[in-house]
Amino acid sequence: MALSKEALAEYIYDMVAKAQGKKNLKAMDVQKAVLKEHPDQNKNDIKFAIKDLIDGGRCVYTYFGGSYIEIPHEEGAAKKV
Amino acid sequence: MHKTPLLDQLESGPWPSFIKDLKRVAARKKPAADLLGLLERSYKDKITHWKHGGIVGVLGYGSGIIGRYTDLPEEFPGVEHFHTVRVNQPSGWFYTTKALRELCDIWDEHGSSILNVHGSTGDMIFLGTTTPELEPCFAKLTAKGWDLGGSGSAMRSPSCCVGMARCEWSCYDTMDLCYEATQNFQFEMHRPSFPYKFKIKCSGCPNDCVAAVARADMSVIGVWKDDIRIDQAAVKAYAGGELKPRGGATPYAKLDVQADVVALCPTACMAFDGKTLKIDNKNCNHCMHCISLMPQALRPGTETGATLLLGSHAPILEGAQMSWVIVPFMEMETPYEPFMDLVANITEWWSENGKNRERVGELMLRLGMRAFFKGVGLEPPPQTVKTPRANPFFFWHEEDFEAEAAGRKYIK
Repeated sequence: MALSKEALAEYIYDMVAKAQGKKNLKAMDVQKAVLKEHPDQNKNDIKFAIKDLIDGGRCVYTYFGGSYIEIPHEEGAAKKV
Repeated sequence: MHKTPLLDQLESGPWPSFIKDLKRVAARKKPAADLLGLLERSYKDKITHWKHGGIVGVLGYGSGIIGRYTDLPEEFPGVEHFHTVRVNQPSGWFYTTKALRELCDIWDEHGSSILNVHGSTGDMIFLGTTTPELEPCFAKLTAKGWDLGGSGSAMRSPSCCVGMARCEWSCYDTMDLCYEATQNFQFEMHRPSFPYKFKIKCSGCPNDCVAAVARADMSVIGVWKDDIRIDQAAVKAYAGGELKPRGGATPYAKLDVQADVVALCPTACMAFDGKTLKIDNKNCNHCMHCISLMPQALRPGTETGATLLLGSHAPILEGAQMSWVIVPFMEMETPYEPFMDLVANITEWWSENGKNRERVGELMLRLGMRAFFKGVGLEPPPQTVKTPRANPFFFWHEEDFEAEAAGRKYIK
């Protein structure tokens, strides 16, 4: 069954949080994982749920040879300026 | 200032040196001074002292900022953070001096003052700032109407040749398509959701001044469907030496129409009897050689549009690949709906099937053209055939049997 907008955002957030430090997730990995559990979920809903998580600062895009979605964390390479 | 004996040698040649430029900036900007020191150190150590990527960006965007740090922050504190900001260029790179001054003022205030005009994708590149300066810099840019370009696994900033603004050969309005594509794919540019990068480049004619065929995943190259327009009087003037070849942009004073034009036509579709030039247009492959040599005598036809090609990229290990024709001719009229829809279908098929860091051209080769055309909903035209069949096997699909049962006929 398709998730509501809020439930979908939480579902994605939990997925990203669980993967943190173990596997880098791309936006398409998130979409595929959601559709596997909820095949009737609209793809656009997933896109915009990710957008809401990013815009709200709960998730961030990172780049390590490719672009990934992660929970905000301290940049390992950076020293405070 | 750091001592830079190795870099100093680069100033000794006949050409302008980036070292001279950097030293001038270093006199007033600590990051530029440390950048020179770090580069000298890399020349000595023969390794890079940069680390790139990471988490930095501006809120809501996954593109446009590329994190960069040095692994020698104690020695070179000015480049401890040295992030890159990509600013989306205007179509055809037309700037007013006022706009350039605005950009330079912003970068003077928030960064190292070092620019790259332009990066290979086409963006104006601001080189070197710290994490705390990113949001204020972005706010100043957007207040003046600028936006960040694409980076990472996203749609990159579309770019184009100067097109109809300065070139009579442009077969469609490249600058308009570039602008419309940039607006249409804002989500895809700022929110990376592809397996890897995706570049669109628009050239107005087959001379391909932005090298779209080699540098863009989606190459949009202007072309005409009808006959090349000929001014026979001007052909005679070229043959008689009254007109200079290439508008004078060659060392040769007089054109030998037979040897320089007709004999070099790749499909041998031209003939010249000393008075009249004839072109067998159905065998012309639109290479532009004759038009480029005799611009006052020959012009592209009037039924114009673009050929769409897909897949060029240059991976280090496997070698470069040129784009491959997927649509031989498409009319290019605003709002470019068929083009936008096709790009959306292609990126969706690629996102569904591509591996991490696999460009769309690599996927197309891996799965084959048949799977590609089926996946994106295009009819396979004969222009996409790269080589004739080279093996005796034919792979029938279920739908082929169904089509035959429904009465499909084959040409014998």
